Amino acid sequence: MSLENKEFKPKIVAFCCNWCSYAGADLAGSSRLTYPADVKIIRVPCSCRVNPMFILRAFEKGADGVIMCGCHPGDCHYSTGNFYARRRMTLLFSMLDYIGVENGRTRVEWVSAAEGVKFSETMNSFVEKIYSLGENVRLGDLRCKN
Amino acid sequence: MQELVNRAKELLADGTVARVLGWKAGDLPYNPEPAYFEKAEELVDFVYNGFCGANLSKYMIEASKLEGKTMVCLKPCDTYSFNQLIKEHRVDRDKAYIVGVGCKGKLDIEKIRKQGIKGIELIQGAELTDEADTLKIQTIYGDKTCAYADAMLERCHVCKGKEHMVYDELIGDSNETKDADRFDEVAKLETMSPEEKFAFFQKELSKCIRCNACRNVCPACSCRKCVFDSTKFDSSQKANVDSFEEKMFHIIRAFHVAGRCTDCGECSRVCPQGIPLHLFNRKFIKDIDELYGEYQAGADITSKAPLTNYTFEDAEPSIVGKRG
Amino acid sequence: MQRIGVFVCHCGSNIAATVDVSKVVEMAHMEPGVVHAEDYQYMCSEAGQAKIAAAIQEKKLTGMVVCSCSPRMHEATFRKAAERAGLNPYMVEIANIREHCSWIHKDMEEATKKAVILMRAAIAKVNLNAPLQPGESRVTKRALVIGGGIAGIQTAIDIADAGYEVDIVEKTPSIGGRMSQLDKTFPTLDCSACILTPKMVEASAHEKINIYTYSEVEKVSGFVGDFTVDIRKKARSVDMDKCTGCGVCQEKCPSKKAPSEFNRGLNTRSAIYTPFAQAIPNVPVIDREACIKFKTGKCGVCSKVCQAGAIDYEQKDEIVTEKYGAIVVATGFDTINLEKYDEYAYSQSKDVITSLELERVMNAAGPTHGHLERLSDGKAPKEIVFIQCVGSRCSDDRGKPYCSKICCMYTAKHAMLIRDKYPDVNVTVFYIDVRTPGKNFDEFYRRAVEQYGVNYIKGQVGKVIPQPDGKLLVQGSDLLDNKQILKEADMVVLATAIEPNPDVRRIATMLTASIDTNNFLTEAHAKLRPVESPTAGIFLSGVCQGPKDIPETVAQAGAAAVKAIGLLAKDKLLTNPCTAQSDILLCNGCSTCENVCPYGAITYEDKEVNDHGIRETRRIAVVNSALCQGCGACTVACPSGAMDLQGFSNRQIIAEVDAICR
Repeated sequence: MSLENKEFKPKIVAFCCNWCSYAGADLAGSSRLTYPADVKIIRVPCSCRVNPMFILRAFEKGADGVIMCGCHPGDCHYSTGNFYARRRMTLLFSMLDYIGVENGRTRVEWVSAAEGVKFSETMNSFVEKIYSLGENVRLGDLRCKN
Repeated sequence: MQELVNRAKELLADGTVARVLGWKAGDLPYNPEPAYFEKAEELVDFVYNGFCGANLSKYMIEASKLEGKTMVCLKPCDTYSFNQLIKEHRVDRDKAYIVGVGCKGKLDIEKIRKQGIKGIELIQGAELTDEADTLKIQTIYGDKTCAYADAMLERCHVCKGKEHMVYDELIGDSNETKDADRFDEVAKLETMSPEEKFAFFQKELSKCIRCNACRNVCPACSCRKCVFDSTKFDSSQKANVDSFEEKMFHIIRAFHVAGRCTDCGECSRVCPQGIPLHLFNRKFIKDIDELYGEYQAGADITSKAPLTNYTFEDAEPSIVGKRG
Repeated sequence: MQRIGVFVCHCGSNIAATVDVSKVVEMAHMEPGVVHAEDYQYMCSEAGQAKIAAAIQEKKLTGMVVCSCSPRMHEATFRKAAERAGLNPYMVEIANIREHCSWIHKDMEEATKKAVILMRAAIAKVNLNAPLQPGESRVTKRALVIGGGIAGIQTAIDIADAGYEVDIVEKTPSIGGRMSQLDKTFPTLDCSACILTPKMVEASAHEKINIYTYSEVEKVSGFVGDFTVDIRKKARSVDMDKCTGCGVCQEKCPSKKAPSEFNRGLNTRSAIYTPFAQAIPNVPVIDREACIKFKTGKCGVCSKVCQAGAIDYEQKDEIVTEKYGAIVVATGFDTINLEKYDEYAYSQSKDVITSLELERVMNAAGPTHGHLERLSDGKAPKEIVFIQCVGSRCSDDRGKPYCSKICCMYTAKHAMLIRDKYPDVNVTVFYIDVRTPGKNFDEFYRRAVEQYGVNYIKGQVGKVIPQPDGKLLVQGSDLLDNKQILKEADMVVLATAIEPNPDVRRIATMLTASIDTNNFLTEAHAKLRPVESPTAGIFLSGVCQGPKDIPETVAQAGAAAVKAIGLLAKDKLLTNPCTAQSDILLCNGCSTCENVCPYGAITYEDKEVNDHGIRETRRIAVVNSALCQGCGACTVACPSGAMDLQGFSNRQIIAEVDAICR
């Protein structure tokens, strides 16, 4: 398994809402708060734009972890978007857990535009978790692997 | 059954309905199929017995577009699906004359076969009017018997009840068939280790041949065009070529019907590979019940669906890891 | 295939010190669709933008990616630069290689690799971009204000002063609202009527303001800039044009038993009435429930005495349809029903009253002509107990979870006024906390305690028990002295919680404006857009949005007016083109998307479709792009993928996912 494999560089996709978490990531950047380069951010208007399809697609194409960040509940730029996102992701993650995909590979975190520190800490802990879980072998399209 | 046929004839004769949607006998004693009847004479082929598991509510999507009313025979569990379709504006209530038919549990031919009963020529005891709780089966190897309950579909053991949620009239009585909790299997799986869970679903889902029978029969899967057939998601797929595609298909299918699935069990009934697909839907139903309050899709046509609703205090997604 | 240009910014050394920009340019050339790639020190500078413009024109670019700082910083800059060079601004994507890359990574190889991946994702996305055009919608230069209290009056005056027509719709026969019922106002103790009445007159005399009293909003359709509203003018039974407001009809009316709404039911009024002397308009209405003529067909006294011939028993409700560009909700509040608080004996004793009732008792035009007296026997009280937080800050479902905000201050006011006018009356206030954040508020409260000797007791009252002799036995606790208190009082005043006007739920539904669990209207953003509803073109004024005192209400009324003026000042609205769109052939018409749209932007229409030869009429979701704000909630709710978001389409996001996971 990849735990022994020192070359393991996880692929981690982070969906960030434009108004809070993406700005939080910007703040982490301008505050020079580091986190591993394994994290790549995709900007979405709102966490409610994140379709479970996108998350499964990421896993299918070889992602080792997917994290979604949005505004804190009650602070959504669109009032209610993250409430729907929260239910959707809870059910999706529960389903992934149910079919035996390690729950640690998926996460939702609410990060405001002021929480650069939280963004950086979240990414650090998530990446650490993915390193401990190793390569994603349960999901993923075998054709995408070398 | 005769009462149903007589009533159908009356409704056709007095012009209340233009056609009847029911079942007709198939080429084998255990495979009746959904059918339309437009004339009284055609009703000689009409059957209604223990093998009429097919949920006819989905056919009403197309029937709603036809001229005149359609008399549709719905079992208690089918009426939940019909209600859900009303709620989603897919069927026209005014185009349906719903005869709520009695049900004493529907039969699963595979369960009979699993008891070693093969070469079946005739099955007695499957009529709604039959009081006996034993099926008499003539086979090429001689006469066999099988307890009715042992031949029932899984879904009937966890029956939602004898009440019809929507109907114009009722014909026939129903039996209480529930003798198990529908979430038992899901709960058992939940306690397994990730490796065991993965092994279980890998084994089951690797049987999937992507014939789309589950999708075609599902009253909630009523999209005009499925995302897996459209170019909108770059997700258009045919046969599975790797270990994830069928998982993705079944997860997304279950997700798309989450909060809308009435747990009618048709997906599992029609799967030619015998995959217990209802385990996906029931997982979502169980989670919804536990996290957001009990919800039965199709029990009414006004309540807010769980995925189009929220509360400020909803559980965080991290609850999944915490529940253990 | 697009012709894509990639522009990699050094940002001085901000990016170039950690990311090998020339390597990024080199890798850009290997991506599909890329026909041009270059790097420059400062892409956002004049010179950088000139390079972009030149490349767009020379290489005939159809799309471009700028690898630079956050799109939150310069996306608008680069979009404008592209537009000036003839490229649709929505064909620009930004790869954020500064905040999300160079600034947080130290290792150059690692940072460069990541920058390349972020660039690839942006290229993959822009390959699927389509030119978008902002839509236009016209603005009707007229505003509707729902509610004619101080909030509505102030908003209307401010909008009208800016030169726009305003209609006020007020449910009761007169404008003025709650403030007209108040006696004095804190913390200055000036008379409420003296400051409100001039405002009422100003509004009614304003040439740009039209007031519909005794009227209600019946139906609202349309959207920001272009609302159509049906207003029901309830039959007044009095001709507004003929009536001179002489008041003889009210004097002569033989039916005088109807409870006076204005005096909170503490006394009665005639069947034909104006709610109070300074009412605007000064035209009475006939309360048809109380009127003898309407009940029995006999009487007709008012008609006989009216010299102007203004009485019209045949008058019917009238529906007026008007168009508006902006709507301001100013529906105000009422006090909660006290039936769940029977321990305070409100229903049992006439001498237990609410604070609003006390306002009427203290008021010279009130039921006691301003004399402080017990309503049961007219005697002067010697002991008055005030109970705070009746129904406010309540943890169970009897009351409201929120603080009503105004009670601490008005109670201090009442206590002070009573002690000032009747120095022999003892005043005790039972409170949980005294909350006085506001200009001169704490000073005011301290004056009540220190100068006027009001007895404040921190503790709650458990019960008020009417005694046979007419006194009220108050059982309370003193938390600071940790003892039980039994106190005989002549009057008990309840600081009753306020709640949004019950009509607001119906109005919010018509406006598709959201309301919270307490029926307060929700702001578009709790901090940054506090006077706007999430529904575009709907603004919030006064207590309908949350508890407020008068100065706060007036300030918010002005703010709501400014927002409305900002909208009305435009001839046309440019709409954000990144809105949802429904694919007519994929839509099931199932209404799922409609249920998650926070803006009421989705409606359904029966449309004729030709689906590969099948012609039929289908129920199809239609997005009003003037209302859609582009959150995308509907796109995920839609099972068939019919609903998609322009600028963030399913295929675009999946392309980004694929590029990152490649």
